[in-house]
Amino acid sequence: MKLSEYGDVVLTNVEQVPGKTIVEHYGLVTGNTVRAKHFGRDIAASFKNLVGGELKGYTELLGDARTQATTRMVEQARALGANAVVNVRFSTSAVAQGAAELYVYGTAVRAE
Amino acid sequence: MENPEIIFQILFYALPVLLAVFGLFVGSFLERRHFESIRAREQQTAGLPVFPTRTADAARVIESGELVVASVVVSLDYFKKIMASFRNIFGGNVRSYESLLDRAKREAILRLKEQVPESDAIINLRLETSNLASVQSRKKGIGGIEVIAYGTAIRYR
Repeated sequence: MKLSEYGDVVLTNVEQVPGKTIVEHYGLVTGNTVRAKHFGRDIAASFKNLVGGELKGYTELLGDARTQATTRMVEQARALGANAVVNVRFSTSAVAQGAAELYVYGTAVRAE
Repeated sequence: MENPEIIFQILFYALPVLLAVFGLFVGSFLERRHFESIRAREQQTAGLPVFPTRTADAARVIESGELVVASVVVSLDYFKKIMASFRNIFGGNVRSYESLLDRAKREAILRLKEQVPESDAIINLRLETSNLASVQSRKKGIGGIEVIAYGTAIRYR
């Protein structure tokens, strides 16, 4: 994910925004998505399971879900008046059958 | 009259085995090719260091940083999965999974580097692995493993 996708809001996974100073903390912001598998992709993936290796359909699926979850987090941060989210962490877990939850969280701050 | 039936029976039982063996051979070939590609790309991107620590070169001032994320979802072929499940009887290393996860992690880190070729370093590298097998039923569900790599790509002044 690159800076240009979120415009004004900078994301980092360290405690500071490199090159800037944090002037205010707004607290925890989170985003999550629960994505279920697509039936068609499932069939393609079961063929891929025959030879093993990367399941590209699922990589894309989870990548899109992660982008969506991050967008939700960034929107929460913007609503608080923050211009950066630091200490971003990701987590993926399988929930109901055939569904995975993508969870992103971080600390919204104002950095100058 | 019985002959065609016997042939059908043989085919019915032999086909899954044949498919599994086919999968094993093609899978091993693809795995070898993937490792070659990984080694080549690691050499190409050797100029962009990746640090699991929060600091890189302490002598240089960091000008800017941004989050980068990359992920891979992988799975074993059926034959290897069956072999791996036998390990449960005796315990010990499961080399097929070791190799698969090694591939997945190195691929994820390479994708991370390839997203930001103009950066000077990537700090605070985190690697997370999660099992996507469905929680309720063992047989249904593809059961892939997802590897996420993320860090902060920095530029020095």
